[in-house]
Amino acid sequence: MKIGLDIGSTTIKCVVLGDEGEIVYQSYERHYSHIVGKAAEVLRRIEQEVTGRHAVLAISGSAGMGLADACKLPFVQEVFATRVATQRLAPETDVVIELGGEDAKILFLTGGMDVRMNGSCAGGTGAFIDQMATLLKMAPEEMNEAALHSEKLYTIASRCGVFAKSDVQPLLNQGARKEDVAASIFAAVVNQTIGGLAQGRPIEGNVMYLGGPITFLSKLKESFDSALGVNGILPENSLYYVALGAAYYSDEAFDLEDVIHSLEDYSVTADYATSEPLFSSEEEYAAFAARHARATVPRAALEAARGPVHIGIDAGSTTVKAAVIDDEGRLLYTSYQPNSGNPVPLIRTVLTELYEKKPDLQIASATATGYGEEMIRNAFSLDYGVVETVAHFTAAKHFMPDVDFVIDIGGQDMKCFKVEGGAISDIYLNEACSSGCGSFLQTFANALGYEVPEFAKLGLFADRPADLGSRCTVFMNSSVKQAQKDGASIENISAGLSISVVKNALYKVIRASSPEELGRRIVVQGGTFYNEAVLRAFEKEMGVEVIRPDIAGLMGAFGAALYGRERAGKGAVSRILDAQALQNFTHEVKAITCNGCGNHCQLTVNLFDGGRRFISGNRCEKPLAGGKGTDELNMFEFKRHLLEQYQPIPGPRGKLGLPMGLNMYELLPFWHTFFTHLGFEVVTSGVSSRALYLSGQGSIPSDTVCFPAKLLHGHIERLCKIEGLQAIFYPCMSYNLDEGMGDNHYNCPVVAYYPEVIAANCRCLAGKTFIYDYVGLHRPRDFMARMPVILGKYFDGISAGEVRRAAKAAYAEQEAHMHRIREEGARVIAAAKEADRPIIVVSGRPYHLDPEINHGIDKLICSHGAALVSEDSIAYLAGRQKVAVLNQWTYHSRLYAAAAYVAEHPEMNLVQLVSFGCGVDAITTDEVKAILQEKGRIYTQIKIDEITNLGAVNIRLRSLLAAIGR
Amino acid sequence: MSSSQTSSRLDYPRFTKEMRLTHKILIPQMLPIHFSLIEKVLLQEGYDVEVLSNDGPEVVQTGLKYVHNDTCYPALLVIGQMISALDSGKYDLDHTALMITQTGGGCRASNYIHLLRKALKKAGYGQVPVVSLNFSGLERDSGFQLSLPLIQKVLGAVFYGDMLMLLANQTRPYEDRAGDADRLIHYWVSMLGEQFATGHGCSKREMARNFDAIAKTFSDLHVTRTPKVKVGIVGEIYIKYSPLGNNQLEQFLAGEGCEVNVPGLLGFILYCVVNGPETIDLYGGSKAAKSIYRLVFNYFEKRERMMIEAISKYPGLTPPVLFSSTMKCSEGIIGRGAKMGEGWLLTAEMMELEQHGVDNIICAQPFGCLPNHICGKGMMNKIRSVYPEANIVAIDYDPSATRVNQENRIKLMLSVARERLEANPPANPKSKTVPVPAEDRYAAFAAAAAQA
Repeated sequence: MKIGLDIGSTTIKCVVLGDEGEIVYQSYERHYSHIVGKAAEVLRRIEQEVTGRHAVLAISGSAGMGLADACKLPFVQEVFATRVATQRLAPETDVVIELGGEDAKILFLTGGMDVRMNGSCAGGTGAFIDQMATLLKMAPEEMNEAALHSEKLYTIASRCGVFAKSDVQPLLNQGARKEDVAASIFAAVVNQTIGGLAQGRPIEGNVMYLGGPITFLSKLKESFDSALGVNGILPENSLYYVALGAAYYSDEAFDLEDVIHSLEDYSVTADYATSEPLFSSEEEYAAFAARHARATVPRAALEAARGPVHIGIDAGSTTVKAAVIDDEGRLLYTSYQPNSGNPVPLIRTVLTELYEKKPDLQIASATATGYGEEMIRNAFSLDYGVVETVAHFTAAKHFMPDVDFVIDIGGQDMKCFKVEGGAISDIYLNEACSSGCGSFLQTFANALGYEVPEFAKLGLFADRPADLGSRCTVFMNSSVKQAQKDGASIENISAGLSISVVKNALYKVIRASSPEELGRRIVVQGGTFYNEAVLRAFEKEMGVEVIRPDIAGLMGAFGAALYGRERAGKGAVSRILDAQALQNFTHEVKAITCNGCGNHCQLTVNLFDGGRRFISGNRCEKPLAGGKGTDELNMFEFKRHLLEQYQPIPGPRGKLGLPMGLNMYELLPFWHTFFTHLGFEVVTSGVSSRALYLSGQGSIPSDTVCFPAKLLHGHIERLCKIEGLQAIFYPCMSYNLDEGMGDNHYNCPVVAYYPEVIAANCRCLAGKTFIYDYVGLHRPRDFMARMPVILGKYFDGISAGEVRRAAKAAYAEQEAHMHRIREEGARVIAAAKEADRPIIVVSGRPYHLDPEINHGIDKLICSHGAALVSEDSIAYLAGRQKVAVLNQWTYHSRLYAAAAYVAEHPEMNLVQLVSFGCGVDAITTDEVKAILQEKGRIYTQIKIDEITNLGAVNIRLRSLLAAIGR
Repeated sequence: MSSSQTSSRLDYPRFTKEMRLTHKILIPQMLPIHFSLIEKVLLQEGYDVEVLSNDGPEVVQTGLKYVHNDTCYPALLVIGQMISALDSGKYDLDHTALMITQTGGGCRASNYIHLLRKALKKAGYGQVPVVSLNFSGLERDSGFQLSLPLIQKVLGAVFYGDMLMLLANQTRPYEDRAGDADRLIHYWVSMLGEQFATGHGCSKREMARNFDAIAKTFSDLHVTRTPKVKVGIVGEIYIKYSPLGNNQLEQFLAGEGCEVNVPGLLGFILYCVVNGPETIDLYGGSKAAKSIYRLVFNYFEKRERMMIEAISKYPGLTPPVLFSSTMKCSEGIIGRGAKMGEGWLLTAEMMELEQHGVDNIICAQPFGCLPNHICGKGMMNKIRSVYPEANIVAIDYDPSATRVNQENRIKLMLSVARERLEANPPANPKSKTVPVPAEDRYAAFAAAAAQA
């Protein structure tokens, strides 16, 4: 008999074939990462019940590889195994889509065999669905059930679990229906699989689905079917194809007793990278515990409270916290509850309980903070809202008035700030890609079958903590599996994860390399620091003793209450809903699409009794009653308006298309003028949209390239649909125009050569003229000499003289365009000074103008009353900078110059927009920051991607405005 | 305005002429054979150099600590390796300098030296000067300047390194006695080192003689050429070559029974040379500069031909192709204007491998490598349209990308490759079935090596 054993990332599947190739035994179970033990167990069972001692055996599956190697067992790569099984069982299949615990695969079997597997970054798979289900507080099956009743879909980032999480959490907090969220998650998985793996190859013909998630979740299959426009087959034994393939392929017989023994031997070799243990002795731990037990806040009984009290509510991403303090700052009442998605009913219960306990409570102020701040404030008529960074800082100061550094690790956010002169001088928030926070530990604890406190305790006395690296959850999954496979115990994994959280915070978020950079007086807070392993790891890593308040998890609420106490005058009475009003409280949620502008934001409208309402999901103030435009001091709006002026002018040579992406956002005036003068009617691909992006998604060959580049595929699709286009012009340009501001004037590799990628991957260009020659604008005379040759390849009768005249006009227009931008910059700055409005210099790239790329951040900034100036309008004022890096890219030279200018002008502040995946910005961000910090100025960075959680952006912006006293 | 103001942030210690006598220069490892030869060249020139060999998790940890974590993995490893060496206490910090290469192109790799200086300051080694090794005229104020004779010698070492690497890769999987090819490398590295020490080995005549001798010794090794899966490794230069960067990729492939085919370092150098005239052709520039590039190119080509000729003389060995024909491979696929990072060379190398029947390719790059979005992953569909049999897998390397994930993807590629090999075994594998050599065959080599 033949045994096929498929050891996947979460499950172990086994098939035994009889002599006729018939299935005589099959089993499917989760292994909870006890890979070796489980494999031995399964084999022993088979030996006893089915095969006896001797059988033919092969192993497959992502977790089976190392094990097979170590035990000298034949290994069949799992995608290969799938193919073997499919060819045998369903030879008419054209395409196989297989989702597993951590992997997603597409096999094209006919018309040129090809196998695709997700890269190590793409997590839109079973583990991802599990994570999302955890977030929804549902079992995956319940999530499926809910998704069947969905009414609308939200856009959720499909790149990786952590990204999606930061989309899903705000949706839940804003009151979106779980049914809709669940369906949106499935749609995101489908999107990821098709977009990430097909890479331009169409999925058609007989499609077959395999693997756990699609087998168990009917809605997921349905989502695939509708996205692909097919009716795919879910075959019998869809869970066992890999195991079957391994069994079919196997040809070597083994004594199962020997195999089981070698598995058992393998499990005792504990060979993995380790870190130092957290505690070397019980005594050390006792001293540590005693030291931290001293950081306490004074308390008093709620029932005995006399005089006014202040309520602080922190509606965080994963928990809802409340604190009530009296005028002396004594803590009277606290509440800490997990947030199961919608914080409103939780807070209603908390307030009701509070009023019952103390009916004559004199509430002087009530303040909200956290993700749900706005909604809670509207729902319950709270007096104040405070940005969470300020709330946490207020609380930390209470424990350590001269604190240098505060680090707060919550469920999903990490907030760190440096304090100088009693004010926040620098803010660090985690980027969407490195959420190594509380929910991260929770996900792992749960996945390994533990509750968090229990799991954390396990790590305290681990002898050899596993070294797991310090990246995002998806990478971590594989690191944990690897360590387990290498024999690391649960204790050592637990300790390793805690150390990872700390390293992530220190090296990814704060980017510190020594305690001196943070200052010696550090307060650590946030629920994650209740975890003593994390606390200890932090102290050990930085070599410093820190203060962790006994209310570490309540600091936001406590700080909010303190904030309210500061604000409320003597005899103030809060507007908060009273006990009576709470009884009549109603809450209704509606999902609508805003048609105010081309963005078509998906709005969630929360309606409360008495006409109070809260709208979320908007990118501008338009849908909000009384919202007024603030565009007159928004340079992004101005620049977009400038570009809109370049409309097609009919010409004798016919239509020529320009894709509106990357450098075209700056060079449109040049190329439009140039080709219009040559007699072309220049049409552009126009404004980006989500639909435009999705239309080009299938042809993106590298899923880790920046979003602005990905968007170009959609623009090309759109141009290809325009009737009667003579050609599409999108040149390769190693060099940009030389503004004399750096040592060289390169474009970044992506901007320089993306036309090559377009030419090589966009099928829609077939039969079209796509001009992507190498062109240099930096040497006008050479440009004029070379351009007739290039154009001569595609068009007849364009003379050198025509080109020269057109080029002269184009250079002049480009110069005039940049001049207009500089003039407008000066005007906005003067107007803002006049009106005493803060000036925010948004530094990025020309293409960050695209609303699909910046997600309306410009409008968000202006909605806070600030004037927005772009970096290209002020860079020339500072001129060429001496910097500590190689200053060789035109766009990036402007960043340094703008930073130097802002550093000298206290009325301005700089916000740098960084596209996720931009490798060059790994260099510029540090330098821009250094330029600003040298002059004691605040640096703010906003990372943007395909989907950006504006909630987090807003926290950054408000923190910045709070720090500069606005 | 502050633009003219300098600050301590912008200052860094220069490597002065005097330091040539007082300082030890540490060089990060990339290509073990080449670098040990270059080390010997520099020693002979009077520089006290050492190629670092430290690896292990503390290299990555140190890199993560001192380098922006979104920076490319090679920068993180190289800087991690150097700072971790300084941390070791083995070096006198006031008399130690570091050397790093700089290509001066539009890729962010040209910034490594600046990232290294920033990292040194952060780590408290602000006094340690950094030497830039570049051919683009960057850092002209450095006390380390490449003289023409020195350049010639370094290039000689590169030629030898490429040849040894190439022949060892062709021989190792088939050797009758495990370790023969590596013993030969060891022998030749010491042998050439001896020549360098006396100022020899890099003239045209000496190179011709050595090329011939190297080819002969490899050809003499006893091998049994059974059909094996051939795998080409291309990609970002550091990740492609450095075992530290690619998780011992070559060793892994050897374990899987593959013949590895790694294009040489010379290709990258010539790619840089060729980009000079190409840029002038595309955007304009001086004719004189173009003719200098031509001269340089001819210098290389002569030596390339010598090497090819030497290898062709001996049966069983496959010579490399001339760079000028590698160049042609990317025509019609990608423009030669794509010159940042590995640029068009990466595409050309993949095409060349396919052309020579090496269908199976690993394209190794750091996670998020900018040029590879274009010239690696971006071109694969086009390559497949020319060579439908192309079996290419792109592997990303990163501090936390696990080996298991990488190896699994490689194994998928290998499964397809093996299946094809079984279906169509090569007609006549070149095989020499001479009896197993006696132990003392290498006694002379071993003795010579020990003496050196």
